[in-house]
Amino acid sequence: MRRGPLVVLLLALAAAFLLLPDLAFAGEPAPVPSRADYPTVGGMTGRPVVWALAQMHLFLAAFVLAVPMFVLVIELTGVLSEDARYDSMAREFMRISMAAYALTALVGGGLTLALFVFYPVVMDYLLRVFDGQVLVYALLFGLESVFLYLYYYSWDALRFGNRKWFHLSLGLVLNAVGSTLMFVANAWVTFMMAPSGVDSTGAVTGSIWQIMRGPLWNPLNLHRFLANIAYGGAIVGAYAAYRFLSARTAEERAHYDWMGYTSNLIAVIGFLPLPFAGYWLMAEIYAYSQQMGITAMGGILAWLFIIQAVLIGSILLAANYYLWCGLGRTEGGRRYTPFVPFIALVLVGGFLVWVTPHTLILTPEEVRMLGGTRHKVLGPLGIMPAKNTAVNLMLLATFVSFQLFRRAGRIATVRWAWAGNAVIVALYAVAVANIVGAGLYGYVTPTVYKVGSSVPQVATTLSVIVFSLLIDGAMNRGAVRREVHWGRMAVRSQYALFVLPVAFTWMMGLMGYIRSSVRTNWHVYTIMKDASPDAYIPTIGDAGNAITLVTVGFMAVIIFVFWLTQLGSIKQPAPSGLAE
Amino acid sequence: MTFVRVVVFSLAVLLSYTLFANIVPQVQSSPPAEETVDVASLDVAGLVAWGERLFGGKGTCTLCHNDRGRAPDLLAIDLGTEFAARIADPRYAGKAKGLEGAAAIGAYLRESLLDPSAYVVPGFGKKGSNDSVSPMPVVSRAPISLSEAEVDAVIAFLEDRAGVEVTVTPPAEAPPAPAEGEAEGPAETAQAAIEKFGCATCHDLFGSGADVGPKLVGVGERLGRDGIRRAILEPNAEIAKGFEPDVMPGDFAEQMRVSELELIVDYLMSLGQGGQ
Repeated sequence: MRRGPLVVLLLALAAAFLLLPDLAFAGEPAPVPSRADYPTVGGMTGRPVVWALAQMHLFLAAFVLAVPMFVLVIELTGVLSEDARYDSMAREFMRISMAAYALTALVGGGLTLALFVFYPVVMDYLLRVFDGQVLVYALLFGLESVFLYLYYYSWDALRFGNRKWFHLSLGLVLNAVGSTLMFVANAWVTFMMAPSGVDSTGAVTGSIWQIMRGPLWNPLNLHRFLANIAYGGAIVGAYAAYRFLSARTAEERAHYDWMGYTSNLIAVIGFLPLPFAGYWLMAEIYAYSQQMGITAMGGILAWLFIIQAVLIGSILLAANYYLWCGLGRTEGGRRYTPFVPFIALVLVGGFLVWVTPHTLILTPEEVRMLGGTRHKVLGPLGIMPAKNTAVNLMLLATFVSFQLFRRAGRIATVRWAWAGNAVIVALYAVAVANIVGAGLYGYVTPTVYKVGSSVPQVATTLSVIVFSLLIDGAMNRGAVRREVHWGRMAVRSQYALFVLPVAFTWMMGLMGYIRSSVRTNWHVYTIMKDASPDAYIPTIGDAGNAITLVTVGFMAVIIFVFWLTQLGSIKQPAPSGLAE
Repeated sequence: MTFVRVVVFSLAVLLSYTLFANIVPQVQSSPPAEETVDVASLDVAGLVAWGERLFGGKGTCTLCHNDRGRAPDLLAIDLGTEFAARIADPRYAGKAKGLEGAAAIGAYLRESLLDPSAYVVPGFGKKGSNDSVSPMPVVSRAPISLSEAEVDAVIAFLEDRAGVEVTVTPPAEAPPAPAEGEAEGPAETAQAAIEKFGCATCHDLFGSGADVGPKLVGVGERLGRDGIRRAILEPNAEIAKGFEPDVMPGDFAEQMRVSELELIVDYLMSLGQGGQ
């Protein structure tokens, strides 16, 4: 059978599906729901149920999609370095993810059911808009399951030689399908925030591609992609820390110490560019609707960003603390410990600037005490230029901690090592001057360009990271390696690895609350109003309590997943008299 | 034991975040209530006052038109001179071209509300658009969705502030009645009353930071209850030093219920008692 025409036909069908307007529903406006269109079940309205299920599904899905990404990188590292430890660690990470996969699908099914039960009119409209894309989503979900099981269960069968490369290819396809699945799901979310491909009445006027390709789609895709990696790293880090704490032998402790270090590294690598992706998303929100941007950053949600600062501050402090403790694993690490207080100073200083609010909701008495609605001295620290400066310096400080740990295990032998060090120090000095200078410039430029002035700061931070890594890499060619004593870590250091997943989980819940709240009382912004009794933005306290409850639920699920993973490695000894 | 320690530690971290979320100021944001206005009974002054409330309320104009620099601060600049200069700008080619005086400003205002990109004030265009695209939404479309009468009211308010003759006339027909359940009853708290009548748009109340009207801290000590009542019901009877007459709406006597007036008076009296 000739396959050429069939392939062309399939490609043509796919292109037509993506690019042609949905004629079946063209011209039909969005429905206008009334209070009666929101059923209650047992006296309960839809929002708390859908909120909890959506958040739980997101936590699990982020974890399940992220793990195969870094597992693939670790597996490849194992092949290139010919170090079997990487392969075994990659497989252990996958085992954790596999246990969570079925639960993700289960919660996803529950979420879909809840959406149709509580928001039938909204779902009817969204199904009309996205139409056949739902089938594509289902197909991708099926493919994700197939490739996930293939990748995991063929691990030993495709262990060496060309077969290993085939296995890596399976992992690559798995990640491509997983990422596409997430991007397709994201399109629903961004359509509700910034609809495209429809007219002002909500009638479909564009193709499915135009509907998906709204102004916020790509920023959200990037943001979630990076956040998932950081989140996945943090979760498996907690697994490693727990196994480290309960290890009975030195070998076990060494293995899980190494696993914890790798997990923390993955979390930090995913986390470092995350604020920049966040800026992009927020800049696009402002470009789409200044009102929406102000609602998020300068309106009643502004305090949430102070809470976010506390969360990010605790994440950075915990990740750095863990890296500082790691300096004790090598003899060479001790010479870097005098730098630690200075790094800590930058982190704490940056954290304090970040948590300084700008416009506060104050009681009249507080206004009187402050002498106005803004503090005269600290007020200027509340605006974006100060915060951008603080976060960039904090990220640089975190990178220094990582760089010191890497250097602790190596002695450069190249003749130009002193020059390399001088260039790196100069890079940092210029970077700090540039970041602070751009921050000060932000105070004298009009508001609309304040976020823009963060671009050179971001470019500076990323440049320092990239160039330092390149110079370090060249300097360490042929370096003498000092022995790293894996397992030589204080017990308290492991608790830093529990702070990361708790803070990440809670922060994801908080960001979900903000993302949903900026739509105010609209299901689909400017197209379909929310007429339900829940069409209000809850207080931060109420939202915080809801997020905590879901996080506790997620912690329980993850403990179950870890237990399942551990259970899978336990083998009951045969009773006496029975052959093994 | 390790398991218990880890769970207790993780829960403690979690609870510290929750506690922090509960101690920061708490605000619940409800969908904007539709104001019921008897349009047929409005005179020009009533239209201007309604426009002012829309400017700070449903129109959400003050979100951007404030002292933060996102859009021209319409409550602080001399609108008469400013609007005339914009119409005279060689870049301007809109509907007010060729018109004179109040008619030109009226046409310019309507155009800028309904077609904001027709003329963009230099420096306030969307980034990268070279001031050819305005970031301002069309006020008659969602999410703002001002009705024709409401657009007229905002124009009347801005014309009044610009010191020119109000060119729009109160509409003869009443706007559609609000849907069931949306009609606004009397405010039951001081904050609700202050929100309903838009006091914080001009006065620095509940952290609004507004400074169009005088600061009200200590107003109870200065004016007493009767003085505050009079200042609300007859705002032009006595003007605070440094402020202009005719800025505050003069029709609160018709709009406010006695219970609402007393709630506001009680609240303003309390501003002067704290810390004594």
